Amino acid sequence: MTAPRPASSASSLPDQAPGLSSSFSDYLGVHAPELLPGRRALPGADSSSGGSPAGGLAPHATTIVALTYDGGVVMAGDRRATAGAMIASRDIEKVFPADAWSCVGIAGSAGLAVELVRLFQVELEHYEKIEGALLSLDGKANRLATMVRGNLGLAMQGLAVVPLFAGYDLARPGPRAGRIFSYDVTGGRYEEHEHHAVGSGSLFARGALKKLWRPGLDAAAAVRVAVEALYDAADDDSATGGPDVVRRIWPVVAVVGADGYARVPDADLGDVARAVIADRTAEQEGRSR
Amino acid sequence: MSMPFYVSPEQLIRDKADYARKGISRGRSVVVAEYAGGIAFVAENPSRALHKVSEIYDRIGFAAVGKYNEFENLRVAGVRYADLRGYSYDRTDVTARGLANAYAQSLGAVFTSEPKPLEVEVVVAQVGPEPGTDQLYRLTYDGSVAEEHGVVIIGGQTEAVAGPLREGWRADLDLPGVLALALAALSPDPAGGPARTLTADALEVAVLERHRPRRTFRRLEGPVLQAALDGGAPAEPEPASADSGADAAGAHSGLPSDRVD
Repeated sequence: MTAPRPASSASSLPDQAPGLSSSFSDYLGVHAPELLPGRRALPGADSSSGGSPAGGLAPHATTIVALTYDGGVVMAGDRRATAGAMIASRDIEKVFPADAWSCVGIAGSAGLAVELVRLFQVELEHYEKIEGALLSLDGKANRLATMVRGNLGLAMQGLAVVPLFAGYDLARPGPRAGRIFSYDVTGGRYEEHEHHAVGSGSLFARGALKKLWRPGLDAAAAVRVAVEALYDAADDDSATGGPDVVRRIWPVVAVVGADGYARVPDADLGDVARAVIADRTAEQEGRSR
Repeated sequence: MSMPFYVSPEQLIRDKADYARKGISRGRSVVVAEYAGGIAFVAENPSRALHKVSEIYDRIGFAAVGKYNEFENLRVAGVRYADLRGYSYDRTDVTARGLANAYAQSLGAVFTSEPKPLEVEVVVAQVGPEPGTDQLYRLTYDGSVAEEHGVVIIGGQTEAVAGPLREGWRADLDLPGVLALALAALSPDPAGGPARTLTADALEVAVLERHRPRRTFRRLEGPVLQAALDGGAPAEPEPASADSGADAAGAHSGLPSDRVD
């Protein structure tokens, strides 16, 4: 074995203890626990109160939808973040690649959620580099569950993070390769079939998905369904933003298929969003109130 | 009662160095060379699973010779170092220079304070945005660091081949050219027999591709490697345009160009 080393700092090599796992977050927990998102106690907050003293202060990310199609999965998120009744951001991004074959969308406290996604991305890449192999899709989903569970303390103080995870399962290529996983604040992991939505507008998005999703969708049709579901969510939920034709801000839409993760270009999304708006406008022709 | 013999510090260091050098020269060599499109790592390694060349970070690669368990430990420590640094600062703040320094500290500490030095020699390479901005660091068993330019060969019996390798290297080499140069340096038989012909099966080849976004490291295996070895055939002179992500399931390394953090 190698020599006893000086305490690890940012400039020296970390311990080479054998048997330490291939998990980056486990490593952080031992060597730099202050960097883990869930390890911070809020000053003065009493977790037993059950209220949300901190929830109203920080920007809040809202609606994410995901649906499967033949040979993959589509995930989309609107672009609005709110802090109380104010719009904190109109162009925040809430759907991220987790690795080359999966993506993650976030609802809940935006700052913590983005940090969780960063950690999750490093976690997957770290495993891949150390082991020389990709984690299975279920393995990735379980890792994310552990991270969400680590955030439970903050969630009880009003800073909940609820991700939605979707990916292409390399172990079962074919029409059913796209899979979706949802989470609750306690780290519960649930596999969803066909489609799912999380966040404040999810109630309305789920209704839309239920009517619009059908078996045998192709990727382009699935993108259209996702944009439409977000449109319906924005229609009834004040915290969800619709497509902004003035500023040309469209939802973030990711497609994960046999070729891996790809983000749908803004130009294509603009066309889809305009088509949705045009169809809905046409439906209103001749109506009055 | 037996008294330990007095051994002078000079003798002690010399013995340790001889011991480490002997261990390293028993193995096979690895060539790391810059070329127009990035940095190529070429190792003679019949194993598909035990790698001598691997990815450390977005633009940083690692090559080592010597005892597998010792350099594997260093590699894992390097990945942890890089990921921790990139996570706590930013991905652009992870540099080969910092990693080489950390390795040097580690190797030096073992060399002076342990009875047995690490029998390893390591190259840390970072691909730059333009040709001529690449960085190659070579680290030896005692923790000394040398910055190299163009091409470097470690491990095995390198005295005879290092000269021709250096002379044959040019900055504008393409991938087949640089592979041919590396093969010429690797083919002489260490046992003194006639030069061997190394085939794709006996080689471990990886590249850091200059123009790839984010994770630039890519292993060349199977038909892709064969095409590159077969030379300037325009079929695949640069077998890795950034968008050819789906060569084989699992071979897709890294995230797409999308902005992430």
